[in-house]
Amino acid sequence: MQILVNGERHDVQATTLSALLDEMGYDATTRIATAVDGCFVAASKRTALPLHAGVQVEILAPMQGG
Amino acid sequence: MTLFYGTELSSRLMLGTAQYPSPEILADAVRRAGAGVVTVSLRREAAGARAGQAFWELIRGLDVPVLPNTAGCHTVREAVTTAQMAREVFGTDWIKLEVIGESDTLQPDMFALVEAARILVEDGFNVFPYMTEDLVGAERLLRAGCEVLMPWGAPIGSGKGLNNLFGLRALRAHFPDVPMVVDAGIGVPSHAAQAMELGYDAVLINTAVAKAGNPAEMARAFAMAVEAGRMAYIADPMEERDMAVPSTPVIGQAVL
Repeated sequence: MQILVNGERHDVQATTLSALLDEMGYDATTRIATAVDGCFVAASKRTALPLHAGVQVEILAPMQGG
Repeated sequence: MTLFYGTELSSRLMLGTAQYPSPEILADAVRRAGAGVVTVSLRREAAGARAGQAFWELIRGLDVPVLPNTAGCHTVREAVTTAQMAREVFGTDWIKLEVIGESDTLQPDMFALVEAARILVEDGFNVFPYMTEDLVGAERLLRAGCEVLMPWGAPIGSGKGLNNLFGLRALRAHFPDVPMVVDAGIGVPSHAAQAMELGYDAVLINTAVAKAGNPAEMARAFAMAVEAGRMAYIADPMEERDMAVPSTPVIGQAVL
């Protein structure tokens, strides 16, 4: 199905958020935070979070800030 | 020493981590500043790119407390979600809450800021609200549960110094026991010293150090200015006068 990841369209097999992260190459050592359709999803909730077509996923990493 | 949510910082200089010419120069500037806190952020990153992870390792190596921000957020929802994401990534309840209301000046939206602060305090965050020097807004933020206030000196990145001395003085006087940090707009060390002389508890600086010709040297200069300003405040400066008063005694002066 097609979903939006960080603003880009992707065709994915994954049906949960944790499966999506695996499919996209993020491993357990990667320090990231996730949100789905504008709502924060804690790391502990990713396995149980189902994805549907058209969903918007944000994957954020540490960055310089002021 | 001032406590920020129960934590005593090792320095009253808070330093941003953006815009440095290189990670090495950033690390050098943080060390030379002896920064009490470094501010950090969150951004999108592709799975293959490891810039975020490399940055995280660099920050961890500095061994300085981090203050994540919600820079770039324009709505309550964006800011709240970003704060929640930052808490997980950086492992801290501290959040520098930015909700921008106007693009040219990057002026905080005080109405949205108060609402976002209320939600985040209820969710267990220690909120550092980036605000204007508005007294009524400050009252609302304190009532929402903020225990620290961060008024701007001037628009972010402008280097203009303290634009509204009257407002910053009034804010300090109205809430004498609230830890307050002047954030944004500081351009040179004398601006930082001035904020400290007014009785502010700390200053937060980024662009003025990062964009200096020699960031590490400028970081050191800011550290000294913050210390000098704080000492001057504690030493209780003289009152300004309009007319001259001789400093040398006039009694006993020879008639020639």
